Amino acid sequence: MADLRSDFIGIKSPNPFWLASAPPTDKEYNVVRAFKAGWGGVVWKTLGEDPAVVNVNGPRYGAIHSKDRQLIGFNNIELITDRPLEINLQEIKRVKRDWPDRAMVVSLMVPCEEQNWIDILKKVEDTEADGIELNFGCPHGMSERGMGSAVGQVPEYIEMVTRWCKKHTRMPVIVKLTPNITDIRKPAQAAKNGGADAVSLINTINSIVGVDLDAMAPTPTVDGKGAHGGYCGPAVKPIALNMVAEIARDPATHGLPISGIGGVTTWRDAAEFMALGAGNVQVCTAAMTYGFKVVQEMIEGLKDWMDSAGYTSTDQFIGKAVPNCSDWQHLNLNYIAKAKINQDLCISCGRCHIACEDTSHQAITNMVDGVRKFEVIDAECVGCNLCVNVCPVEDCITMEPMAAGEIDPRTGKRVDPNYANWTTHPNNPMAVREAAE
Amino acid sequence: MTQSNRAPDVAAGRLSDEDYARNFADLHPLLSPHEATVEADRCYFCYDAPCVQACPTSIDIPQFIRQISTGNPTGSAKTIFDQNILGGMCARVCPTETLCEQVCVREVAEGKPVKIGQLQRYATDHYMSENDMTPFTRKAETGKKIAVIGAGPAGLACAHALAVEGHDIDIYEAREKAGGLNEYGIATYKTVDDYAAKEVGFILSIGGITLKTGKKLGENVHLAELRASYDAVFLGMGLAGVNALGLADEDTDGVLDAVDYIADLRQTKNYADLPVGRRVVVIGGGMTAVDIAVQTKRLGAEDVTIAYRRGQDRMNASEYEQHLAQTNGVKILTWAQPKELVAENGHITAIDLERTRDDNGALVGTGTIIRLPADMVFKAVGQTLVQTDLNGSGPNIQIEKGRIVVDADRKTSLEDVWAGGDCILGGEDLTVAAVEDGKIAAASIHRALSA
Repeated sequence: MADLRSDFIGIKSPNPFWLASAPPTDKEYNVVRAFKAGWGGVVWKTLGEDPAVVNVNGPRYGAIHSKDRQLIGFNNIELITDRPLEINLQEIKRVKRDWPDRAMVVSLMVPCEEQNWIDILKKVEDTEADGIELNFGCPHGMSERGMGSAVGQVPEYIEMVTRWCKKHTRMPVIVKLTPNITDIRKPAQAAKNGGADAVSLINTINSIVGVDLDAMAPTPTVDGKGAHGGYCGPAVKPIALNMVAEIARDPATHGLPISGIGGVTTWRDAAEFMALGAGNVQVCTAAMTYGFKVVQEMIEGLKDWMDSAGYTSTDQFIGKAVPNCSDWQHLNLNYIAKAKINQDLCISCGRCHIACEDTSHQAITNMVDGVRKFEVIDAECVGCNLCVNVCPVEDCITMEPMAAGEIDPRTGKRVDPNYANWTTHPNNPMAVREAAE
Repeated sequence: MTQSNRAPDVAAGRLSDEDYARNFADLHPLLSPHEATVEADRCYFCYDAPCVQACPTSIDIPQFIRQISTGNPTGSAKTIFDQNILGGMCARVCPTETLCEQVCVREVAEGKPVKIGQLQRYATDHYMSENDMTPFTRKAETGKKIAVIGAGPAGLACAHALAVEGHDIDIYEAREKAGGLNEYGIATYKTVDDYAAKEVGFILSIGGITLKTGKKLGENVHLAELRASYDAVFLGMGLAGVNALGLADEDTDGVLDAVDYIADLRQTKNYADLPVGRRVVVIGGGMTAVDIAVQTKRLGAEDVTIAYRRGQDRMNASEYEQHLAQTNGVKILTWAQPKELVAENGHITAIDLERTRDDNGALVGTGTIIRLPADMVFKAVGQTLVQTDLNGSGPNIQIEKGRIVVDADRKTSLEDVWAGGDCILGGEDLTVAAVEDGKIAAASIHRALSA
């Protein structure tokens, strides 16, 4: 039986599903409901200094929907908690006391002065919370005040603030990273250099979700104007997965614990983040879309998958896909695959044909012997996978690798059984030449 | 055993007003915007889409559906009207299950085609709710004049296309109202709210078309005169004659032509005024048979039977229509042909049907007789072209198998006469096919007049 118990940098929780620092974790009322629903832990919504910030009184959220109103992407312009610090601290203390088996991490954001951090750390310690998360990610509202992503975009600041926190508290420190940066490894390295126990990522991505073409203003619109917000939800998962993998693969940060965030909606999303090195995951949009009950599917799904895959604890698969995360230049150029269309499954929509014909390699027929039929022309197929992606029928088109020694009808050459990549390819001017040359 | 020795039970007002309203309401109510968007999203935007191939008028279905899904129903309607100016009616009456939806790849994949007909209605209704005029603009007037016989789907489509080209058209219509079977045929629940008349107004809004009603070919208007005074003539008068059963005493009270009764149903202001038998037998196997059977049931007939001489698979009514009949409580009796009308005091009381079987492709009677008690018997065994209306005033048009012979351009054997719709040889008894005939003929007429 799979055991979902999680120990993330010494913080224990009954499962690896935490609620991210966000509106669902702003109050005792919500957090207690979350714990009752089964969430393993929470990162309390970011605390700042009094007087508390204020939010806009118009719409804070915007979304991208599918035609059937599935929420695909989500955007917000909400700030950190707008409740008095003392009330938050009292509630945190009470919830931790009532729910000792759940993880209670407190997100923090105060100005970049050591004393400000010393002051708030002391207050948080008094709540007996399990750890802190430094919000260096928030891309709107706070960054203009020199906090949030304004810090997260400068590795030196990250390192400095992290170091202060490690110096002034016994609590484990998680540094939350902004994706609004060119190379995510740099802030991760800075966090590690500052002594961070872990990083969490991604925070939201700068975004405008849409434009109201009548009002000629970005949405959501507040009295005729709109501002960029932070993008999250299922749409950002691929970006988050890559950034998690980048940090997990980087020799400078390899082994640094990661809390994975970004569009986690199902157990599978969570398993993917964890396979790429995340020790646990944090969730917000899925809960805000469906309510706290979604965690029950995540818990049961992850358990069932672990049972079927033969894993008994999460440690056994955390990071297991990291060694297979490579770079393009190291992919095997002697691996040759061809698309194959299963004619029994094909519904003859022709999308594979037109995608290949118009935009790619003219490698799929639309007519065979005068009959509407879609077949791959192996002599033209480069194995690009576009047809697989546009086909509406699952598993109708598959990529079939050619066996070593077979002749590739496209090139007329034999499939080489040996691995060879771009670094040694004759067309590469930078190629490492054989000694004989 | 039930015998014919009781008075016929034919009565009006069998149901309450609420029942009539419910029974004759829209069979497929208009999709809501959200339903339309979700349904449109199911379309795969196929390459060389099979649905387009299956549409007699070649409407660019993937394109119009995509326009619905992107929030542009007006543009979607224009795409439809580009190919089929009667797209609104076709959306209601097309047997989509044997046309576009039958070949939809979703039908192939999962047995649930994209609801193309309902999406087409969504777009065209949206357009017509916001616009009184067709989206086309007439070209400069050419001074050419064309006579169109019959204001049904073929004639209207032909007239509209010619008007767009700048020609002047006079439509001669025998009945009081234009629309043809859209107005006088077709089950009421398929086209509610006087849609046929609205569509005629929409089509005529192009300008250049003069509608002359009460003008019946062979009676107060003659082909030879028209040929003399117009540059071209289009014949789209449909089939005015009705096939007989070939039995004795077909003029017995209670033995009716289905098409006449359907016309009464379409024109009535009050369903409670229409007398209907308690026991109804319909002879036939096509759409008209289903339309009359279901509607008499919905008027309150207790026991309605469609009697068809062959197997159910040979019925011209689509499978969907057959299901509609059966879910409305209509019995479909197959392998039974009419043998004798049984009357008492001049009114039908029963019909004798002979069992039939297939003998190597030939239909033969078995000699076994079933007697069905009936207060009304409807004949729905097809219509005929009344040839005397057509020929006689001048040179004869070539006719074969009782229909006008046309070439691929819908041109008849007469140099300046074209024809389309149900009256031509190969006519498919489909609104959408009639529209295509009108379109093709109009293009050919325009070419001929521009030469």
